[in-house]
Order: sequence, then C-alpha cells, then structure tokens
Amino acid sequence: MTDKNTKPEKKNTKGILLRLGKYVFKQWPLFLSAIAFTLLSNQLSLLGPKYSGAAIDAIELSGGVDFAAVWENVAKMAVCYVASAILAYFLAVIMVHLSQRIVYTMRKELFEKLNTLPVGYFDTHPTGDIISRISYDIDTINSSLSHDLIQVMTSIYTVVGSFVFMWNISKPLILVFAFTIPASILFTRYRSKKVRPLFSERSKKLGELNGFAEEMLSGTRSIEAYGKQDVISDRFNKRNDEAMEAYYRAEYYGATLGPSVNFINNLSMSLIAMLGGILYMLSVGGEVEETSIFFITLGGVAQFVQYSRKFAGPINEFANILHEFQSAFSAAERVFRIIDEEPEPADVPDACEIEKVEGFVEVDDVSFGYTPEKTILKDVSVTAKPGQTVAIVGPTGAGKTTIINLLMRFYDVDSGEIRLEGIPAMKIKREDLRKAYTMVLQDTWLFHGTIFENIVYGRENATLDEVKAAAKAARIDKYIESLPEGYDTVLSDDGVNISKGQRQLITIARAFLSDAPMLILDEATSNVDSRTEIKIQEAMAELMKGRTCFVIAHRLSTIQNADTILVVLDGTVTEQGTHDELMRLGGFYSTLYNSQFT
Amino acid sequence: MKFLVSYLKPFKWKMLVGFLIKVTGTVAELFLPLILTHILDNVIGTLDVKNVVFFGIVMIICAAAACGCNIVANRMAAKVSRDFSVKMRKDLFARTLYLSSADTDRFTIPSLESRITTDTYNVHNFVSMMQRMGVRAPILLIGGLGISFFMDARLALVMLATLPFIFVIVYSISRKGVPLYTKVQKSVDKMVRVVREDTQGIRVIKALSKNDYENRRYDEVNISLSKDERRAGTIMGSLPPIMTLLMNLGITGVVAMSAFTVESGASSPATVIAFIQYFTLISMAMMVISRIFVMYTKCAASANRIAEVLETPESFFVTEDDSEPNSESFISFENVSFSYLGRKNNLEDISVSVPKGGTLGIIGATGSGKSTFVKLLMRSYEANSGSVKINGRDITSYTREELTSMFGVALQNDFLYADTVEENIRFGRDITDEELIRGAKIAQAHDFIEELENGYSHILAPKGTNLSGGQRQRLLIARAVAARPDIIILDDSSSALDYKTDAALRKALSTELSGSTVITVAQRVSSVKNCDIILVLDNGRIIGKGTHDELLESCPEYREISDSQMGGAFVD
Repeated sequence: MTDKNTKPEKKNTKGILLRLGKYVFKQWPLFLSAIAFTLLSNQLSLLGPKYSGAAIDAIELSGGVDFAAVWENVAKMAVCYVASAILAYFLAVIMVHLSQRIVYTMRKELFEKLNTLPVGYFDTHPTGDIISRISYDIDTINSSLSHDLIQVMTSIYTVVGSFVFMWNISKPLILVFAFTIPASILFTRYRSKKVRPLFSERSKKLGELNGFAEEMLSGTRSIEAYGKQDVISDRFNKRNDEAMEAYYRAEYYGATLGPSVNFINNLSMSLIAMLGGILYMLSVGGEVEETSIFFITLGGVAQFVQYSRKFAGPINEFANILHEFQSAFSAAERVFRIIDEEPEPADVPDACEIEKVEGFVEVDDVSFGYTPEKTILKDVSVTAKPGQTVAIVGPTGAGKTTIINLLMRFYDVDSGEIRLEGIPAMKIKREDLRKAYTMVLQDTWLFHGTIFENIVYGRENATLDEVKAAAKAARIDKYIESLPEGYDTVLSDDGVNISKGQRQLITIARAFLSDAPMLILDEATSNVDSRTEIKIQEAMAELMKGRTCFVIAHRLSTIQNADTILVVLDGTVTEQGTHDELMRLGGFYSTLYNSQFT
Repeated sequence: MKFLVSYLKPFKWKMLVGFLIKVTGTVAELFLPLILTHILDNVIGTLDVKNVVFFGIVMIICAAAACGCNIVANRMAAKVSRDFSVKMRKDLFARTLYLSSADTDRFTIPSLESRITTDTYNVHNFVSMMQRMGVRAPILLIGGLGISFFMDARLALVMLATLPFIFVIVYSISRKGVPLYTKVQKSVDKMVRVVREDTQGIRVIKALSKNDYENRRYDEVNISLSKDERRAGTIMGSLPPIMTLLMNLGITGVVAMSAFTVESGASSPATVIAFIQYFTLISMAMMVISRIFVMYTKCAASANRIAEVLETPESFFVTEDDSEPNSESFISFENVSFSYLGRKNNLEDISVSVPKGGTLGIIGATGSGKSTFVKLLMRSYEANSGSVKINGRDITSYTREELTSMFGVALQNDFLYADTVEENIRFGRDITDEELIRGAKIAQAHDFIEELENGYSHILAPKGTNLSGGQRQRLLIARAVAARPDIIILDDSSSALDYKTDAALRKALSTELSGSTVITVAQRVSSVKNCDIILVLDNGRIIGKGTHDELLESCPEYREISDSQMGGAFVD
C-alpha cells in the first residue's frame, strides 16, 4: 500500500482542482451551454426591470397615464420573464445532465479501478470505506460541482463588469478595494489552510464509521446470537461521536469564513460611503478640480455604491461556497486516492498469450511473504506434469492457501519462479494465466442474480443445456428443479432460500462449466455433507481427469490418490512424494495418516 | 415528517436561541443598505464630514455585529445538526441490530447499510442547511410583505394572488419529488450491493477474469442510478423557475394594476417604484425558499426510509410460562414445523429432547434443515407450529437477555472483525482473562494465538482474512465456549480443522465443559459420533434418531455416510 499522506498539502490542492476541472471540461459542450444559458437567463431577467421602468415612466407622465405604452411594456415584461423562466429551466436540466455525467464517470472509473487492484487491497481495506467513497464522497463532489461551479463561473462576469464601471467612475475609491480584496484573499487562504485538514479528517472519519457499520451489519447473526447489540451499538456510537465531532470541528472553524469575508465586503462599502461622501464634499467645495481624478458627483457616488454592491455579492457568495468546496475537495481526495492506487503491475511488455495449456506447472524455489518482515513460504519447489494432481497437506496457517495465491498470481513471488509450460508466469499475460485455472474456494461467492447467471458466470457463452449438465455434475440439479422458478430463481443477499452447502454446490457447478485445463480446489467441499461429497467425488474425478489439479483437501482419501503430496509445515515443504513414498518415510504425513486409525 | 419533528424537538430551545441570534445578525445586515441610502440621500447633502464619518462607523458596527452573530449562529447550528445526527444515527443503528432476522431479510443488508450512511447524510445535510439558509429568506419574505402591505394594500393584494398558485405548485411538485428520490435511494442500495459483492468476491472475479463482466454489471446499476437522479433532478429543477416566474408575473400584474391606481390617483408613482424594489427582494427570498424545498424533498425521501426501519414493530414478544425447570429435557423440540417463505416446510414435525449437559449431533445433507434447527432454537425465527422449550419453559417466555446469555455459538464462516484477537473472543462480554485463555485452550486456539505477533493483542484484518480458515474457526469456537454458556452450538464450525485438532477439541469440550449442553451440526460422522443423541435430517424431516451404534443399525442413510467416511478421515 502506498502512503500518499506525505504529499505536500499545497500541491495536492492544486492537483485535485485540476483533476476535478478535467472531469468538467470533458463535458465541455454541456458546460459551455450551461454558462451561456446562465448569462442569457440573467440578462433576460435584467431586461424585465428595464421594461418595468419604462412602463412606470409611461404611468408617471405628467399628462396622465399612457395606457398604450404601459400595455406594451407590461407585455414585454411578461415575455421576458416567461422566456427567462424557460431558459432557467433548461439550465437546470442541463446542470442535472452535466453533473450526472460527471458523477457517472467518476463512479465508473472508481469501480473499474477497483477491479484492477491487487487482491491484497481488499484484504486490508474495509468494504464499508470503499462504499463510502463511491457513494457519499462522490455525492458530495456532485452537489458542490453541480450547483456551485456554474455560479462561480457566471459571477466572474458580474465581478469583472462591475469593476470596469467602478474604474470609470472613480479611481481613488477603487483604492478601498486595494485594501479589502487582498484582505479577503489572505484571510480565505489562511482559513482554508487551517480548515482543510479538518475537512479531510471529517471525510476520513465518516469512511471509518461506514467501514465499521458495514463490518458489523455483515455479522448481525452473531451479534444477535450473543445478544451483544448494545455493546456493538456503543462501539458504533463511539465512532459516530468521533465522526460527528470531526464534522462539527470542520463546521466550527469553517463557520467563520463566510461571515468574515462578508464583513470585509461590508467594511469596504462603509469605507466607500465615507470616502465617497468626503470626496463629494471636496468636489462641491471646489477643493478638487473637475478634471482631477478625485472629482466625483453625487450621482457618481450613488452609482459607485450600487456597483460595489454588485461586485461584493458574488464574492460573498464565493466565500460561502468555498465552505462547500472544502468538503468536496476532501471527498475528491479520497476518491482520487483509490483511482491513484497502484493497480496490479502491468504485464511485462513481452508478455505472451498462451493458447494451448497442457498443464505443466513448475514451482521453482519460491519464497514469499505478505509483508517484508514475515516470510510465509520458504524455498518451495514442486512440479506438476499435465494431468497430475498435487495435494497440499499441512496444519492450518502453514501457507497452503498462499501457494494457491501465488499460482493464480493474486500475489507475486518474492524470489524464485513459477513456470507454466516452461514459460515464467511473470511473462504470461495475467488474464491468460488465470483463465488456465478453474478455482473452487471454501468461501462461496454468489452474486445477486439468477441461479443460471451465477453458474454461467464460469463460461459466458454456455447454453442452458450445458448449465444444466454442470448442475447435474455438481449434484444440485434436482434441488434447482424443485424450486418454483428453477434456474431463474433469484439468489437474494445472504438469502434464506438456499443453504451454505447448496451455495457451494452452485459454485462447483460454475467450475464444472468452465473448461480451463487446470483446477484448483481449496477446501472446495467443506460446506457439503459427505454423502453429497461422495457423489460429487465421482464427478470431480471426471473433472480432474486430464487436468492438472492443485488440491487442498481435508479428506485423506482424496489426498491418497494424488500424484504428488506436498507437506507444508511453517512455510517449508518438509515432505514430498506419493502416498506410498511418504508412508515409508515415516514423517508427519504417516503420523497424520495413522492417527485416524487410533 | 413526524420522525424529523420528533428528533428535532429536544433541540427546540437551542434552535430558537440560534435562530434569534441569526435574526439579529440578518437584521443588522439588512440595516446596511438602509443606512447607505440614508447617507446618500440625506447626509452627504449636509456637507458635514463628521456626520458622514459617524454614519460610516455605524455601518461598520452593524457589519461587525452581523459578522459576529452569523458566526455564532452558524456554530450553534452546526452543534445542533451534530447532536441531531448523532442521535438519529445511533437510534437507527441500534434498531437495525435489533431487527428480527425476518425483517433483516426483508430490508436486505445493502439497503440497511445505505440507510445508515447516505440517508442519514441527506437528512443531516438538510437540517444543517435549513438552519443556515432558512432564516434570511423568511425574514426578507415576511418583512417585504409587511412593508408592501403598509405601502399600498391594493397592489399588495395583486401580489398575494400569486401565493395560492405557488403553494399548489410547490405542494404538487414536492409530492412528486419524494417518490422520485425514494427511487434514487433504492438505486443507491443496488449500487452498494454490487460494490459489496465485488469486494467480497474479488478472488473469483480475478480467477475467472470477469473484470469486464463486473464492469458491465456495475454499469447497469450506475446507469439506472444516474437515470433516476436525472429524473428526480429534472422534475425538481422546474420548481425554482416556476416560482420565480410566478413572482415576476406578479410584479408585471402590479405594474399593470398601478396604471389604473395612479390614473385614479389612489397611488403615487414613487410608491410604485419603491413597491417594485421590495417586490424584487421578496422574489429573491422566494428563490431561496424554493431551493430549500428541493432539498427538503430529498431529505423527506431519506427520512421516510430511516423512519421505516425505526418504526418497524418489535417482533420479539415475551410470553408467560412458569413451568418447573426440567434438566432431564433441557432442550426440547415438540412437533416443530417451520417454513421461511411459507411455501414448503423447511423443517417438519421435529421432536427431540436433550438433557442438561448432554450432547446432540445433527447430521444431514446440504439443505436438509440443520442450520434452520439451530436458528429456531435461538429464536432467530419463530416456529410455525409446535413448541421449542429450554429447561422446561417455552423459549418465547425468555427475555432476549436471558435467552442469549444461555448460548455460545460458532457458525461456519462466521463473523470476525478488525480488532484484537482478545476482543474477537471476548466479543464485548464480561469475561475474565483466565476464562478467555481457557476458552482459547479448549478451542485449541491458544497455541497459534501465542505465536501471532503480539499474541492476544494481535490485530485481525477486516473479516479476519489474515488468518487461515482453520484458525478462524478455532477463534469462533473460543468465542463460543469462553463464557461457559449453558448451551454451546457448533454449527459446522470445525469443518476446516484437521482430524487431530477436531478430536482434541471434542475431548476438551467433554471434560472442561461437562455442564454445558453441546449441539454439534456437522458433516463428518467423526464429529458427532460420540454424541448422546444424533439426529439425521433429510429434507427437513428426521429420518434417524439415536446413538451412533443405534443409527448404524437402524438408519441406512447414516450407515452410508459413516461407511463412506471410514478410512477416509480428514486432515487439514
């Protein structure tokens, strides 16, 4: 796992902003039309007051009301407002589409990234935290992007426009801003720097809370069995308190930002009123020449104040929005962290595709540890010729499953080499290598879908008949057919309609269907009762025929017939050979074998 | 919305104080333009510098007051939202854990998860936004309305005429919006489910190179979530423009109307101009209010989903049964039948009785009802007919605490979590260190725990993935036996143990915990053959009952299983 916390904060902020920007600009047609619509709609709604002014002028005529002119302007007003409303609605629709496209893309990228991550990532990261990123964090980014971004973009127009007008009216008064704008910027930057870590903390804590909730929810049965709901709730509450405290701290310190910037703006308005008043008095008193830049009329002061308010409006708004941006930033950081996560290393450039796999596997002097400190496997060597069965025996925790992890390249060896058909596994395209194996694991995995979909998962283009044949081989056909919906029965989450053993049989049927030349069975029948297991054995034997098999089993009768038995103790192969050879050796295996008769 | 109101009630005083502070700040801020106008209209003309400076300073004071009040009010609001959310989420989580198994099945785990997470965030967001934004707009609205009535009641009535329309539209759009957002949340559930499944099945997915398939599967839910969000957004997005339009048409009406009132001399043009100024203010306030409504709709959909869980009626009831304790028939099933889905019986006419300290073995094919038996005994589900008794009393007469304190349970592929080994065994119970270690020793787990880094303080990976299958099972058994419960249930929980370890475990159980009644669900005859009574289940029915030797005689199926396993013992 790469730790990216050490990255300098500042660079990070810019990077995130840029990347968020990229998502937006990828949708540039929508983005540009959103800006155009906003400006247009604003412009139209400004026309409304203009016509209402004209209408009132027509009312105000000294010679009585000019009804014709009033009606005309009233009609124009109505048209403008209706048009503006229609534009505003279109804008809303565009914004929804824009933000949904961005969010859709983000979710997609995040998920697709997940699938490329090494297995180890999932062994060390809580599912709930991943879910929190893909739902809550992306949602946070969404609400900020969809609403605030356009607002900021369009307000730039207002800000620049007002500034130009003010510049033309009185340059000395603008000096007030020379003082207050830097003050706002400095203050904002100062606060942001302080508040950013708080917002990051807030997202992180929420992720932890979700991680905890997810973990506990998957254990509701045990919690219920032990009646420990209250204890678990207390622990949840502790994390809940922490998460909400982090939220509160971010809000507490973030709360100063908006009002303070607002205050600075109000301050400039007050200063302008005072200074403007003084300048006007000087101008009236004749102390200031009409040509001087200090000269100002009363109307000038009034206008300047008007524009300065327009100018300040978006800046206030922006300061308020900045608050939301902060949380969006922290959320984005968490999302990007997964997207930036190291995927499984790419296949080497000259990686080859292997078309025909006979099933010749060599494990040559392999050592491996999940962490550098602790070696799990030491100098393991074994050869499996096509069609042979290698059984791996040893106490729990000795490293049997680790060998499987290495064969499948879920993890890569630290030293030594695994070869398939004489080609180093590292030089074979990972996908091809994995496709060469079929795997049945102790932990059954089925997804929400029909039984048919779950079995056909092993080979996507299989027909219903082939699926049925696989189910038959796995001895689950009768059960499936007894269900009212048969193969179309939807397997619900941790469903009550199907037992653990039956779930495992379905995964075995899935394995039967896939036509990989090699087979890995990791306690494949641990959930299956032995009567069924024996029935499957025959089918398994059929399945294993002609295939190279790696078997971790708990039945000595399965192991007995293996071509090579590998005894793994504490990560090293202590015994290796056929049943007869190992029995003659009189080591661990023979003791184990004999113990069943005592 | 009853739910939201009842949760906000405890905060009403705090919210009121915060509200008043916010009002003060808002009023102070609203004074600014008034003073400004005053300076421009009346003060500058006097050519008195002192006067100008004076009012300028008043403005600065007002601005400072506004700033201070807003900060304080925002902080108070944050505090209220924090406390509110803590409470809401706490109750929701606790209720979720107390849901009956049937209710949990009905809601599904992914949905419960997204209710605890995204739905509470939605509600939280609304509560927090409402306090921050919901003050200024109503003040402007009410103040503006009041002033406009004061200025010209007749013109104000024209404006008032738009209100019923606004009300009807807000009402009908919000009504449409809630189901739309409910649908969005349902799609979130589906998305969460796929992500969850994917993280759990990553090995299988990679082994079968199903990346593309999974991406497509995710894309489906992603697209439908986006579609639902778009639909909700498109409908709700119409609210603000419609409201603005109505307000603006109101202004237009006022202008038209004023032509007549001015003509008749009832109003002056100056009033009309001022009137329109205020009207603009009101319509801006309306905009904000309509945004709040949009957010409210989203919140309401989520709040309903939360309330749905919170208001699920407690299905755990306690009956009266003061029968004498009966240690001879400590656990008894009398003609028990049960069906999960109400179609086919998953257990039918089960009768068995086990004395205190006795051992019961259950064996049978997959799907024969072994685990269902255990679930009924623990009252995870209620039997449809017949009765389940413990110590002579019907299990429905025990309280939840009484019931669970009697059991120690190890289920297959059960629940380990990211915490220390010690904590995973202790599982929040009051267990001394000696008892804990004793439990680990009985479960044959002590030795491997000692070898772990930091021993009992070793931190497990989520779901215990850094342990082997057999190690996980032994931890679960240690958890089950540590508290010396009256009844120990080992549901297929030693399948990954090697023969020797399993035998040692059996021996330790019988010598160390002779007072406990042990129920073993297993697939190996060797695991159950020393039990006092063995049940052979098939398709939910008992097809054999007795000791190992009796069953070898009387039950051909049992004999078949036993024969098949002879000489075919298990190693790890």
